[in-house]
Amino acid sequence: MSCIQTIQDYGLRSIGVGERLLPRNDFTLCEQFTLIGSGMIWNIYFGIMALATGFFLATAVAMGKASTNKWLRKPSEWFIFIFRGSPLFIQFFFAYFFFLSLKKSYPMFDALTSAWLGALIVLFLNTAAYSGEIFYGALRSIPKGDIEAADAYGMSGWSRFRRIVWPTMLRLAWPAYTNEAIFLFHATTLVFFSAFPAWQQRGDALYYASYFADKTFNPFIPYPILAFYFILLTLVIVGVFGLVNKRLNRHLPAARKAKIRFRLNLAR
Amino acid sequence: MKKLILTTAALALSAGMAMADTVRMGTEGAYPPWNFINDAGEIDGFERELGDELCKRANLECEWVKNDWDSIIPNLVSGNYDVIIAGMSITDERDEVIDFTQNYTPPDPSAYVATSDDVDVANGVVAAQTGTIQAAYIAESGATLVEFASPEETIAAVRNGEADAVLADKSFLAPIADEDADLRFVAEDVPLGGGVGIGVRESDGDLKEKLNTAIQSMKDDGSLNELITKWEVSSTF
Amino acid sequence: MHWSFYLSFFKVLLLLAVTAPVALSFGFVGAMAARSHIPPVSWLGKAYIAIVRGVPDIAFFMFFVIALDQAFEWTRHKILCPDWTDPIRQGNDFIVCQSAKLPLSTAPEWVHETYGFFLAVITFSIVFGAFAANVLFGGMRAVPHAQLETAEAYGMTRRQTFWRILVPQMWVYALPGLSNLWMVLIKATPLLFLLGIEDIVYWARELGGTKTSKFTQYPHGDWRMWYFLALLIFYLGMTRASELGLEKLMRRLSHGQATSGGELLRKETTA
Repeated sequence: MSCIQTIQDYGLRSIGVGERLLPRNDFTLCEQFTLIGSGMIWNIYFGIMALATGFFLATAVAMGKASTNKWLRKPSEWFIFIFRGSPLFIQFFFAYFFFLSLKKSYPMFDALTSAWLGALIVLFLNTAAYSGEIFYGALRSIPKGDIEAADAYGMSGWSRFRRIVWPTMLRLAWPAYTNEAIFLFHATTLVFFSAFPAWQQRGDALYYASYFADKTFNPFIPYPILAFYFILLTLVIVGVFGLVNKRLNRHLPAARKAKIRFRLNLAR
Repeated sequence: MKKLILTTAALALSAGMAMADTVRMGTEGAYPPWNFINDAGEIDGFERELGDELCKRANLECEWVKNDWDSIIPNLVSGNYDVIIAGMSITDERDEVIDFTQNYTPPDPSAYVATSDDVDVANGVVAAQTGTIQAAYIAESGATLVEFASPEETIAAVRNGEADAVLADKSFLAPIADEDADLRFVAEDVPLGGGVGIGVRESDGDLKEKLNTAIQSMKDDGSLNELITKWEVSSTF
Repeated sequence: MHWSFYLSFFKVLLLLAVTAPVALSFGFVGAMAARSHIPPVSWLGKAYIAIVRGVPDIAFFMFFVIALDQAFEWTRHKILCPDWTDPIRQGNDFIVCQSAKLPLSTAPEWVHETYGFFLAVITFSIVFGAFAANVLFGGMRAVPHAQLETAEAYGMTRRQTFWRILVPQMWVYALPGLSNLWMVLIKATPLLFLLGIEDIVYWARELGGTKTSKFTQYPHGDWRMWYFLALLIFYLGMTRASELGLEKLMRRLSHGQATSGGELLRKETTA
């Protein structure tokens, strides 16, 4: 079977399109590359969806934590603490069993135990907590002068937030947020690995990598392939976030831009 | 001087130990009645008793090791233990990578367990443990396969309604179906695999021969059948 | 049986205690390599940091233990049995001479377990060493350049400048990143079971799973949700304790430093 044929058969296998049976024997490198790459669809889906939705909750949580109102601050603080303070792996497990018992009593929660929704919710809450903390840190380091200037222009409330506070917060938080995005994509490999089951052998990149490791009894090929894909993905993320960063900082002189880039060192 | 004494002591010790041939036995410890962890935290079950008896007959010093099912074969071929004795069915796929002794249980059926009788196992959702012959069988049949990492989770999936049925060795399912009023055997049993054997490295011909002889002697004097009946793991020879 | 569960908590704590300094030293070496003026060394250091950080840690955990084990045994085989003629790789099998086995097949079980633990520590350290290297590399670059220039003006060699000026000062800049890393390390420990260690996740699954009365005196249903809740709380407690400890450490390190944190401390004491 030629490699192009393999790609046609298995390129979209992870979402159920193409050949139903996975390759059973005589595994070729092409098959491994194709299927593991196909699994990346799920990693990208989880990563992008969680980032896109988590971003808004993160902003809200950051504002809440910075708020002077106790009723806003305390829940935000606890939310961040719980999701940042415990391993994602355990969160997945716990969430899965929790969703299962929910489903038992209320059938309307049916979809929660499947990975596409249940795991996404966990990832969404998780990234919201991490980014919330990053945004909160950025909020606190907004130069006092900026806010005072906004006040002097007579801005307040929503317009001050939208035109001054929020853009500055993003600008300050962006390098750390880039890191968070990278880690979030890495974390998506845990979905099928923890508790959420894979249906009809549709799984993410790690699922297929371990499938091959299992069948060929040789872990030294599939996992490096997986690593290769993730390095590519990381490069893409760094590139895209770099472009946004450029846009966020377009008003700054060149020397200060360089300084901001440096903070990319904070690990999650 | 002190150092000298220590070295001689160490030498004497290692010489003494080298006499007995230590064979490390790898098992999963999560598949009762074949192998499981008992209340005292030790490996127990049919294969524990069988393995100890085989070692006695083959004059081997044996030691038990637990290993996850997922990596049980890679760890054998890379030499972290010397045999796999974990309810592993003899299949062609596995036989390409490792060697098997003769089977110590006859080829036995796998069975479906479900919560109700009118489950459609041919087209419904069926759970199985990842990387088992049952999972491979379901993938090829028309049913929707859901895979779980451990046998425990496959049962839980049926209880929760995640899957319509679970396919596993009948002997593993029997005590569970007995105990739980909600669970029952459904549909026809499926004959799978070539019985259960001990996995050894392909290069370990000697060990394989020793174990084969020991298994044969247990088959001949009927003690293997006794063990099988005691633990209710399968039909007898 | 339950005490294996409690014991596994100590295993996790022990692993953390051992891994942290080892990973830090891996990181230190990595950062030094990345800063090196010899291009190949510097590339090597930077490649180590970039590759390990770009890949999910779990991908490493899946095969590093076997890879490391084989690498050690291969090296020992080459040294200890030079006149061995059989190939090491026979088909699928990986075979070294008896005396090159790690641990020796005659060794008692606890040696095997310790060795497994050791492999886990090394694997964790390689992965987290890259993160630490990245943080330390940043910390080294954050030390004000004037400090290094002054050292040079005093006639210090590069080596002296590095050890006497740069290293003592970089910690305060690296600490926020390192504390973060410590938190990440704590939260990576549930993956220990991948490395063949019977950790808390292993026992939570094992003990929490349904038990039929045939094989145990204490049958029960599926309790895993509660076991995992307990683990969740354990980890939250660890995080909280670390947060408090690290805050204290930060205050101590900031003392007398020319950073905003140090400035704040100075004001507090003089006010």
